[in-house]
Amino acid sequence: MLSLYGKDVTSRFLLGTAQYPSPQILSDAAKAGEVDILTVSLRRESAGGQQSGQKFWSLIQDLGVHVLPNTAGCHSARDAILTAKMARDLFKTNWIKLEVIGNSDTLQPDPFQLVEAAAELCADGFEVFPYMTDDLVLAERLLEAGCQVLMPWCAPIGSAAGPLNPTALRTLRGYFPGIPLIVDAGLGRPSHATTVMELGYDAVLLNTAVAKAGDPVSMARAFRNAIEAGREGYLAGMLEPRDFATPSTPLIGQAVFS
Amino acid sequence: MKVLVNGAGIGGLCAAYEFASRGALVTLKECNSSIGGNPSWQAGGMLAPWCEGESAEDCVVGLGIRALDWWKTVFPDEVVNNGTLVVAAPRDVAELNRFGSQTTNFEVVDGTGISDLEPHLSGRFRKGLFFSKEAHIDPRRAMQLLHEKLLELGVDIQLGVEGQQDAPGFDFIVNSVGMKQKDVRLRGVRGEMLIVRTPDVSLSRPVRLLHPRIPLYIVPRADHHFMIGATMIESDAELRPTVRAVVELLNASFTLHPAFAEAEIVEMNSGVRPAYADNVPRVERSGRLITINGFYRHGYLTAPTLAQQAADMAFEAARTGELTS
Repeated sequence: MLSLYGKDVTSRFLLGTAQYPSPQILSDAAKAGEVDILTVSLRRESAGGQQSGQKFWSLIQDLGVHVLPNTAGCHSARDAILTAKMARDLFKTNWIKLEVIGNSDTLQPDPFQLVEAAAELCADGFEVFPYMTDDLVLAERLLEAGCQVLMPWCAPIGSAAGPLNPTALRTLRGYFPGIPLIVDAGLGRPSHATTVMELGYDAVLLNTAVAKAGDPVSMARAFRNAIEAGREGYLAGMLEPRDFATPSTPLIGQAVFS
Repeated sequence: MKVLVNGAGIGGLCAAYEFASRGALVTLKECNSSIGGNPSWQAGGMLAPWCEGESAEDCVVGLGIRALDWWKTVFPDEVVNNGTLVVAAPRDVAELNRFGSQTTNFEVVDGTGISDLEPHLSGRFRKGLFFSKEAHIDPRRAMQLLHEKLLELGVDIQLGVEGQQDAPGFDFIVNSVGMKQKDVRLRGVRGEMLIVRTPDVSLSRPVRLLHPRIPLYIVPRADHHFMIGATMIESDAELRPTVRAVVELLNASFTLHPAFAEAEIVEMNSGVRPAYADNVPRVERSGRLITINGFYRHGYLTAPTLAQQAADMAFEAARTGELTS
């Protein structure tokens, strides 16, 4: 079972809660995907007092899953730290998905501000899930800052592009065999999730690919199956691709290696 | 039949009209001192059932199609039957394909088609979706005209008066009071909107600009006014519009046409939409109490149909003698 900061989670499918046609569909999708962790953003919703978005929170809490608050929409370390503290008060959890946006068009994380915020939050007792690019050195800095989970993107948020740089993802996996690695952002279709799970990633986090699907509930189920397929394939040990065919039975009477 | 309608938002106004036009003696109570004090006043007024089908349940599309006919029948001179144009910047064309895959009853238009429909958008977009059967109405005029029609029908309209959820002396009490209803199933979804004025842009129909994060619509109104909307925030906080919301809406309008940069900002406003968990509005009856609520972002789109359903329920109960006052 996957363990994140000492908490066992029953699913390798983390789901975001934005952009669904309705809270009912979000709830149905989370159930169909057998999701155990939902991320929630509180920046906008909490404006006007912590009680203001209470109804939506209670709908999420009724699902009985772990809640992973995020700092979506923050553009500086200071901003993200403040939001993380508000989230801790509101959700009574030390978990925080740390997002510090460096480019508001691609929503690419700002690696410098991210490390700064991660160090301060870890020192303050937070359990930080950093949303990061797939850079190896950045990963090392975040671990030094105290993070025990890494969440590299595989493509820009909402792009649905799928893994753009499998080599970088493979490098991270190779360097940090004992650290839970979760691909966060950029997945568009179930096969993308399978691909990153086959690389040995521990889990995936996605939102738009389910929320904006024609049928979000079915899509959540499809992703659940795809994630399981990739995970099982990884554990089962896959054949390495090779440059020529290998007949499974000898070709008697033919010049095989001509 | 004596009927008390509580609430003069679009739900209550339509209900009062349906009951009164079928011969009921209607009293309408609204706690605000003017007809414009509730979220219906901030609405877009788009009668766009097929576009809304992108994210709304199928039943909402059905309610909207029926209501579109109602509006055309009751206010033939007010409904603008020019359809809806949906566009996206070339880099967001995938959004347009997604929108098209989840809706029906439109045609795909190219750059020429777009400039034929909206000459001022000429050269700005290469692909769009045109929902020709849709329409729009100015919601503030609609509310005022409904108000006038109710007076003509002899409805006793009492503004600045608290509604009575259980008043004696009425055969039916219809509650359409939005977030004031005590119902744990209801939640608030805040929306923020702007009205700008510029004579430099002219549009004949609502235009929706798709964007992965900041979808926007612009509805043309009289005298070079444009309504720009609207955010969807899971919160029932009664706040003035935030800087972020205003900046995003204005930025997106600027993308639709740069001339919006020179427009005057006439109004910035916000309202909290009442919604159930599935974002589908409901009519529910319990004895002589009828509740209409949960319009979400579909007040003008569905209120007439829900009003008809409420009146059907009441007149059917009266006809079968189920109810004795």
